Amino acid sequence: MSDINNEARQGSMEIFFNGLVKENPTFVLALGMCPTLAVTTSAVNGLGMGLTTTAVLVLSNAIISLLRHIIPNRVRIPAFIVIVASFVTMVELLLEGFIPSLYSALGLYIPLIVVNCIILGRAESFASKNPVIPSIFDGLGMGLGFTVALTAIGAVRELLGAGEFFGIPVINKVLGGISSVFGLAEPIEYVPISIFVLAPGAFFVLAALTALQNRVKRKMQEKGQNVDKIQSGCSSDCANCSDSGCAHRFVDVDGAPGSVADAKANQKREG
Amino acid sequence: MEKMFKVSSNPHIRSKDTTSRIMQYVALALLPAMIFGIFNFGMHAMFLVMITVSATVLSEYIYDRCMKKEISIGDFSAVVTGLLLALNLPPEAPLWVGVIGGVFAIIVVKMLFGGLGQNFMNPALGARCFLIISFTSIMTNFDCDAYTGATPLAAIKAGEGAPELIDMIIGRTAGTIGETSMIALLIGAAFLLVMKVIDLRVPGAYILSFVVFIVLFSGHGLELDYIVAQLAGGGLMLGAFFMATDYVTRPITKNGQYVFGIFLGIMTGIFRIFGPSAEGVSYAIILGNLLVPLIEKVTKPTAFGKKKTKKEAA
Repeated sequence: MSDINNEARQGSMEIFFNGLVKENPTFVLALGMCPTLAVTTSAVNGLGMGLTTTAVLVLSNAIISLLRHIIPNRVRIPAFIVIVASFVTMVELLLEGFIPSLYSALGLYIPLIVVNCIILGRAESFASKNPVIPSIFDGLGMGLGFTVALTAIGAVRELLGAGEFFGIPVINKVLGGISSVFGLAEPIEYVPISIFVLAPGAFFVLAALTALQNRVKRKMQEKGQNVDKIQSGCSSDCANCSDSGCAHRFVDVDGAPGSVADAKANQKREG
Repeated sequence: MEKMFKVSSNPHIRSKDTTSRIMQYVALALLPAMIFGIFNFGMHAMFLVMITVSATVLSEYIYDRCMKKEISIGDFSAVVTGLLLALNLPPEAPLWVGVIGGVFAIIVVKMLFGGLGQNFMNPALGARCFLIISFTSIMTNFDCDAYTGATPLAAIKAGEGAPELIDMIIGRTAGTIGETSMIALLIGAAFLLVMKVIDLRVPGAYILSFVVFIVLFSGHGLELDYIVAQLAGGGLMLGAFFMATDYVTRPITKNGQYVFGIFLGIMTGIFRIFGPSAEGVSYAIILGNLLVPLIEKVTKPTAFGKKKTKKEAA
């Protein structure tokens, strides 16, 4: 388990930025695509969804990390889901009570946070193997990375598809300014490209932003900055994979790494 | 790294049919429809065609420059894409619609997938559907100086009387710039058939299966007026001869081309008769484009000399 403890030893800030930039859940890991594509019709919706998910992610990461030695390996997924679902229910009720506009805009996608693969993924590959503090920072980084991505996608879609930015009709204001400078009698009106607020637009914007993100990272790499993922970067070579957060997880033989017996042995070693 | 020498796959027989020559033929074959469209709808249509073609060619040039690739506008495919897209626009559409459509067709549908030969969807049709979804009111408004009111198909769909058959065949009806004149399109198609740029497999299967479909399901039976109106009144001729036959986005296998044509005919019939919109050619062809890899896989011919074995247990 040495490499797992390695992660724990890394600074909290590094874990935080790993989620935010290096392993951005949307642009790099391509997790949580369902809310990404569905709710990003406007920047506000993206921001709201991102922050909601962040809250759930931080809380569930913390609790799962606290319970990581207690939850039996065989039933860990149902246990995770129960924990996540409790927090989602809380967040849902809070939203309904205090921000009803966002609650109605996000609709079905709030309860669906329960099965958001970012949350289960982080619970499985990070929180269940790391102490509480790093888990909280991982949740915070991943959640904010998700928030930034969703807000960016939402902002671009809203700008092109409705001509607005956070509900302010910026394009028409700019065009109106230009028209008055040139002394046009009728201001030029922006005709929204409405495909961008429909489903296909989500794919276009997601693809374009992912490409942009890759380009920026490549430039950074050329300048010699380290953009390597620190974990869960899969080379899809399971046999020789050093990522113990991944390859052994589906092998539940007693005594094998990750199994209940192994966890108990670890406990003994640690205790 | 050692220098790589690229050799195209065999056969290495030389032919005069280069990509650019074939594309020039297609562009030439579109001219009658284009000229008739301009003649029919006026100067704005001409500007629209010009600006759309320049948008496609320029965006391909700029993309090649930015990506440091060989400049590929010499193959004329961008011109054909621009022409096809322009002929699919309503005559009074604002010029910027042509520009946005052209840029989308070339950059998103064609170049991002690797350029000519790699696109999975006909660029002009991809852009047309993008425009229809984005600017529905502009793209379905066929009012212009020459004609007001609905296109023939929309009129039939609404239960109003269709225009005179002869008007629909000559093209004196409302519609997109290039789709109205059946005669002009057929002249172009005949030219392509004679020059062996296209063959009748896809368009033939397409039109025949479409006719069979509307005879069976439209409720008009063998009413000749209705059938001719369906053939001449919409984008069927333009789609069948110029867009479904696109080399890149139709199946390679001969049987596959028949399957592809029949699929298009049935889908167009379903869209036109059972769908809310009067037209269905664009969506049918795009849907067909997406199925091409599957069609090719199923219709792969057996290699010469290979004995047909009884169904192998796979």
